[in-house]
Amino acid sequence: MDLDFTAEEEAFRAEARAWLATRVPAAPLPSLETAEGFSAHRAWERTLSADRWSVVSWPEEYGGRGASILEWLIFEEEYYAAGAPGRVSQNGINLLAPTLFEHGTDEQLARILPPMASGDVIWAQAWSEPEAGSDLASLRSTAVRTDGGWLLSGQKTWSSRAAFADRAFGLFRGDQGDTKAAEPHHGLTYLMFPLDAHGVTVRPIGRLDGKPAFAELFLDDVFVPDQDVIGEPGQGWRVAMSTTGNERGLTLRSPGRFTAAADRLVALWRSGADPGDTALRDRVADAVIGARAYQLFTYAGASRIAAGGAVGAETSLNKVFWSELDIALHETALDLLGPYGELSDTAGEAPARGSWAEGYTFSLAGPIYAGTNEIQRDIIAERLLGLPKGRR
Amino acid sequence: MRFLLDDEQQAFARSLDGMLEAAGTPAVVRAWAAGDTAPGRALWSRLAEAGVFALAVPEQHDGLGPLPVELGVAFTEMGRHAVPGPLVETVAVAAFLDRLGDDAVAAVWLPAIASGKTAASLCLLSDDSPYALDAHAADAVFVVEGDAVRLAAASGPVQPSADPARRPARPLGGTVLARRPEVAAAAGHAADVAALVTAAQALGLGRTLLARTVEHARRRTQFGVVIGSFQTVKHRLADALIALEFAQPLVRAAAVALAAHDPAAGREIAAAKVTACEAACAAARTALQIHGALGYTAEFDLSLWIRKARALRSAWGTPAACRARVLAP
Ligand SMILES: Cc1cc2nc3c(=O)[nH]c(=O)nc-3n(C[C@H](O)[C@H](O)[C@H](O)COP(=O)(O)OP(=O)(O)OC[C@H]3O[C@@H](n4cnc5c(N)ncnc54)[C@H](O)[C@@H]3O)c2cc1C
Repeated sequence: MDLDFTAEEEAFRAEARAWLATRVPAAPLPSLETAEGFSAHRAWERTLSADRWSVVSWPEEYGGRGASILEWLIFEEEYYAAGAPGRVSQNGINLLAPTLFEHGTDEQLARILPPMASGDVIWAQAWSEPEAGSDLASLRSTAVRTDGGWLLSGQKTWSSRAAFADRAFGLFRGDQGDTKAAEPHHGLTYLMFPLDAHGVTVRPIGRLDGKPAFAELFLDDVFVPDQDVIGEPGQGWRVAMSTTGNERGLTLRSPGRFTAAADRLVALWRSGADPGDTALRDRVADAVIGARAYQLFTYAGASRIAAGGAVGAETSLNKVFWSELDIALHETALDLLGPYGELSDTAGEAPARGSWAEGYTFSLAGPIYAGTNEIQRDIIAERLLGLPKGRR
Repeated sequence: MRFLLDDEQQAFARSLDGMLEAAGTPAVVRAWAAGDTAPGRALWSRLAEAGVFALAVPEQHDGLGPLPVELGVAFTEMGRHAVPGPLVETVAVAAFLDRLGDDAVAAVWLPAIASGKTAASLCLLSDDSPYALDAHAADAVFVVEGDAVRLAAASGPVQPSADPARRPARPLGGTVLARRPEVAAAAGHAADVAALVTAAQALGLGRTLLARTVEHARRRTQFGVVIGSFQTVKHRLADALIALEFAQPLVRAAAVALAAHDPAAGREIAAAKVTACEAACAAARTALQIHGALGYTAEFDLSLWIRKARALRSAWGTPAACRARVLAP
């Protein structure tokens, strides 16, 4: 049992740190949830990928470095410690790519991954529908067979950054006759489509903080060729479920961002908190401990994977933990900021590079997206503790 | 990096678990609480045979250690079975004597601790507890005050604890065993070791509280269904699991840091202590709630675990002291 990194891993860390030290923009980029910020972040993705830092864990042929899971964690630690920008490509890299690695054809990998790595094609996730959130399998959008492909119709919603993204991936119900209410998971197909295709209407909707990158999508007989189906038609649920593990688990939220935020929080606390306020001090300590716990839990998981284990239902533990930690961290920071805690990140006098304010608003969504925490607790209780299924 | 227990460590945990399960610890706990220490001392000897105390004692004094990671493993299992007695304190005394730099004193006590002959207790008077745990039942009670350590001659009346199997008392009188500048540092090290193994013990306690409660929730029926199918019940149990699962790596990493003489070990131990004890207390609250009145019944063995969880929370580092230490520069 040890926590030591190998010489190669330390060298990898040093290389990443040196690169980031010279490349991370001195001034923060505008929010990636705005049009202006989106293109600035796209440019940053290109900078990252030019030196093959955008997808370090991918094979080299697709723009990666073939980094191990530990090296990936190291990279993420360095990335967030350096204060580097949020990743506008995250839906593609964290959700679609792992699915393609598992279920995609060689042709799909070769066609889709390199422009994803370079930020030339930015992906949105089109899963949720107005009537299908937690109960995703109840979705109604359809994919109807046509010559050489499929025609997509219906409505998707809450699609992050879809207002500015290039393409989307989502689940669609196949042959209408197939829709047995008792088996909603059957007959779904996983497809990719361009957001500027004929028949697609993208309507931006403001997020809680009003930023306009969120969107709903209206699809009206949108043609998708067969080559853009992932996995077998009708097997979309199984394909999609391999993605959700990634979404909740390791790849969506690496510990680096929480350890870096905890370090910033401690600096904020040291720089002028009332030393007599032990309640606030305890919250700062809990955030530090929580970030460390999450890091160590992840190291243990990575060690298990390195020893041949697989990611399972324990990703639900991660999801609940990081989302609650994220809120606690940001709420504590806002309380430390006192009267400045209410300022939004666009306020001229917003403190600490404004990132606490935007980070706070975003943290509030954590218990909702990627499967709500209520659903995750059901999964934990049923699959990890063996309790019976109750009424849903 | 290999942040997992190896096969040997896992086998050690399993064999202790099996031995303690077979020993029927609830009866031992109840006897200890009633002042009958014989079954507890018999179990103590078996733990010693399994090597538990030798893990805290260096090789030149007939021990196997110090091996903080293995100690953590052992204390998690002892916590799982709510083993009574000054287990933490004995291990802390070993850590203290190991650092005291007085070979003559070490040679007297350490082999006796390793073999299980001596159950010891410890009171660090500079610390915030004036008590030594189980002073009445211990063979030797060490009291540290400034740069002196003495062996207590007697102890005051037992102060009943939230956990009836914990019997704290003030150590009284005694003769100075050693007076030297190393005492304070050795006491600090002993307190660290005590906090670490207390955290491990709390973790084991919490694991049992959760496991027994899950079992109960799968059996107990109300409104025609098992209560484990109610979402509120499921979610409370899920939260208990989350708290324990994220406390465990902190405990392990703290042990690794201590083994490596990492200067950050104290901070890691404080983080582990507060987190594991909070997780155990939360598991105890959940266990009580989900067992209903059964959980509130002293005759029902679950109470032994519930009551210990609360007591460990303030032993060897209160939550506030631990959190302050995490942020200490
Ligand atoms: C910031 C943000 C970004 C998002 N990005 C995307 C995206 O890019 N692509 C995409 O497809 N979707 C996205 N979503 C949508 C997200 O996946 C859904 O919000 C989520 O699945 C929950 O669905 P819902 O909002 O319809 O809530 P509902 O399912 O209506 O749930 C409402 C409440 O009821 C609770 N509830 C529902 N069912 C149960 C149950 N069985 N037991 C207990 N409680 C239950 C929920 O936990 C929740 O508290 C995003 C959401 C947010 C907030």
